[in-house]
Amino acid sequence: MTEKQKLVVIGNGMAGARTVEEILARGGREQFQITMFGDEPTGNYNRILLSNILNGSYKEDEIFLNPLSWYEENGIRLLAGKRAAGLLRRARLIFGEDGTPEPYDKLIIATGSRPFIPQMEGITLPDGRFKPGVFVFRTLEDCRAIASYAKGKISAAVIGGGLLGLEAARGLQNFNLDVTVVHLSGHLMPQQLDSSAGAILKTKMQQLGVNVLLKKHTTAILGQDHVLGLRFADGSTLECDMVVISAGIRPNWEIAAGCGLTVERGIVVDDQMRCVEDRNIYAVGECAEHRGQCYGLVAPLWEQAKVLADHITGRNCHAAYHGSKVATKLKVMGVEVASMGIVEPRDEDDEVVQFSEPKRGTYKKLIIRDGRLVGGILLGDISKAAYLTQAFDRNTPLPEERQQLLFDLGDPPKKVTYEEMNAATQICNCNGVSKGAIVACVKAGKRNGKAVMDATRAGMGCGSCKGMVTEIVEWACGGETEEDPAIHYYVPGVPLTKPELIRAIRERNLRSVSAVFDYLSGGKEDAASKPGLASLLKIIWKADYEDERDARFINERVHANIQKDGAFSVVPQIPGGITNPDQLRRIADVAEKYHVPLVKLTGGQRIDLLGVCKEDLPKVWRDLDMPSGFAYGKSYRTCKSCVGSDFCRFGLGDSIALALKIEAEFQGFDSPHKMKLATAGCPRNCSEAMVKDVGAVAVEGGKWEIYIGGAAGSSVRKGDILCIVDSHEEVLKYMGRFIQYYRENAKYLERTHGFVQRLGIDKIRAVVVEDSEGLAERLEREIAESKAAYKDPWRESYMGPEANQFSSLLPVLA
Amino acid sequence: MTRNMAEVKLGPVNSIPPGEGRSFAAGTEKIAVFRTRAGAIFATQAQCPHRGGPLADGLVGGTVVMCPLHSWKFDLATGEALFGDCGVKTYPVRVDETGEIILTI
Repeated sequence: MTEKQKLVVIGNGMAGARTVEEILARGGREQFQITMFGDEPTGNYNRILLSNILNGSYKEDEIFLNPLSWYEENGIRLLAGKRAAGLLRRARLIFGEDGTPEPYDKLIIATGSRPFIPQMEGITLPDGRFKPGVFVFRTLEDCRAIASYAKGKISAAVIGGGLLGLEAARGLQNFNLDVTVVHLSGHLMPQQLDSSAGAILKTKMQQLGVNVLLKKHTTAILGQDHVLGLRFADGSTLECDMVVISAGIRPNWEIAAGCGLTVERGIVVDDQMRCVEDRNIYAVGECAEHRGQCYGLVAPLWEQAKVLADHITGRNCHAAYHGSKVATKLKVMGVEVASMGIVEPRDEDDEVVQFSEPKRGTYKKLIIRDGRLVGGILLGDISKAAYLTQAFDRNTPLPEERQQLLFDLGDPPKKVTYEEMNAATQICNCNGVSKGAIVACVKAGKRNGKAVMDATRAGMGCGSCKGMVTEIVEWACGGETEEDPAIHYYVPGVPLTKPELIRAIRERNLRSVSAVFDYLSGGKEDAASKPGLASLLKIIWKADYEDERDARFINERVHANIQKDGAFSVVPQIPGGITNPDQLRRIADVAEKYHVPLVKLTGGQRIDLLGVCKEDLPKVWRDLDMPSGFAYGKSYRTCKSCVGSDFCRFGLGDSIALALKIEAEFQGFDSPHKMKLATAGCPRNCSEAMVKDVGAVAVEGGKWEIYIGGAAGSSVRKGDILCIVDSHEEVLKYMGRFIQYYRENAKYLERTHGFVQRLGIDKIRAVVVEDSEGLAERLEREIAESKAAYKDPWRESYMGPEANQFSSLLPVLA
Repeated sequence: MTRNMAEVKLGPVNSIPPGEGRSFAAGTEKIAVFRTRAGAIFATQAQCPHRGGPLADGLVGGTVVMCPLHSWKFDLATGEALFGDCGVKTYPVRVDETGEIILTI
């Protein structure tokens, strides 16, 4: 084992600390000895919440992200209150202000930014310090200074009507000051709003008692030894006792420029967040410039930190940052605002959808290009923000009827807001979790949906309330949630998205679940991640997958579905729902012989023997002498059918024969979630093929419509038509391509309806039917290989240590 | 050892495949015994305190077991629930030099 590399991080703000967290999550502690320089004398805190400190809604200790003990627990040397002053690249040394050298092998610059101070007279005293009464608004220290100076004062001005300036104004109002916002351009928040929205916001702010002066260029701060007022370029003046300058931020790039690294607006980095001249130096956060962009919001920073961590730890050398799409959601002076992308159309063909009701302070504007959202502003009513942000972020196609984008059509006239909702209202009906319990959990420090769901178990049953839980968490956080990076992972225990994970598995030739944990999560096993990994490995390696029994959920170990009392249900294969007297006789005999408490017809046209003891399972299978129906797995389940053209007077196509062929083609296939299929012999859809994961419906002219992404469980959705074809063989071909594409690209436990909506039917049709990415041949080959690897699990013999797995209680020998 | 405690032999450690659990009947009590992939051995009450699920049939990751019925998670070493407050009872258990599992109840 080689010695640990020295990793030095300059900056202990949100970017620096988050990047280190991501590195630790990838087993970085084994690889690196980490040292962090922190300008501020404290641990790391959430800078976004500073305005809440100013307005008194949070206490100082509530905004800390990593207390000093966190650094110690993780073996990090924190040089708190120590500024890094110089950098000698050739010698790989970094110098503190006192001149002490600190050697590094890898360096991360996360110096953030500082407030921009425009040119004006009278900002400073002769000795160069700010004149008493002049403040910036960036650190906890600034907050304290503003709060202590504001006591007993009468009026305050804020220079800058951007997001941060307005938040400062809201904070200052709390000290009973008469507050004026002075803004250089023609409307407030020019980064996030257009002029119409800016005007509405201005009116709203004035109603709330904040004065707003637009097109005012401040040229001087008046007063000899302390602030008395401001003078503007037009000659007018404003009296005030203090002024907060919030005119934007500038990246702190000095340390990089001083040693010859390329600096433009910020420190220029490549897609791996490395400086272009020096492969050992990375920059991340507000100080970094990527493809000409510097970001001042947290979401891009989280994305950058992940890529940097993937790359520096070698976990994924191909990790690349491609820039971020910027969306914000906030509350300014009680006015809710959501903004994403551009604020004005740029192309001639850009389509603008708009609604304005200035009297009520409501404004909505969307900019659409090629059917996708490229910009949006919501003011006053942001009920559609979650949906729109997602559509913007994922670039998903928008519904044809544009007014759906702005309003919830057909909803009850007055939707109960989360504010009004009774705390006792049950949100999660599976686990009985109330709105009050969710809010309490947020107050206790869980600040994203996943963390709250883990802690309360809300959303962990059927999952249909997850969206609502997330919304309540967002509401309770005041819109300032922290995204959990794990929501993008394929399974929570391995910090990689599905494509990254598949690539890493193939590159490192990882064939078992334990090998994946060893190489991709620093040896840390996660129980809940095991079945997802097993499923993926089986899809990738097929017959060459190294099966480890402990990675299987109990259902997959004993090939039956566990029931509430620990007994099992047994469902033999009955393709298309077609059986015969011989099979029925055997099923009846088994039910009697093993005292099966309940025999029931299933929704999938099969027969379920419920309440079979674990010990009896192998004997039940032997006596049934029928293959497994896979009614227990995250896999292809069954294909039901209607009677079709043989007997039905309406039948247009032979749905029974097609169902039998489908079952023979896809039986036993592992997949991200269960797949339930059906075939219907005419559009009357008696077998409900249109609401199945995959379905085929016969139509006049000997054709078949293939439906995908249907659902009739906790979600109900009619599937989308993938294509219309002429024969059973073509049905199998396109269904196969779609199924394989779903197996390779869906997240674990993502049903087809979620997958199809996430990618959009157009994209799937392009890949699966038109073969736009040249994948079709490979998809078909993978299907053929999976089909060849099929074995009936009920016929597997159980030798060795697994033989005792069917005993529910082992005898004690002595 | 106090008068009430007794050592019980549960058979060879190989009867539990790595990363899995098995249930044993020790006198009147049902005990789940787990063998982690790292080679550690743990014993807890056999049934989940939530709805009585068979913990030995759960997935094991590190020193955590996840109940097969509703995914409640417990630390095998301490018995503590990872989410929620109702934990499980744990028992001292070891493997002797002959490879035999020895449970103390």
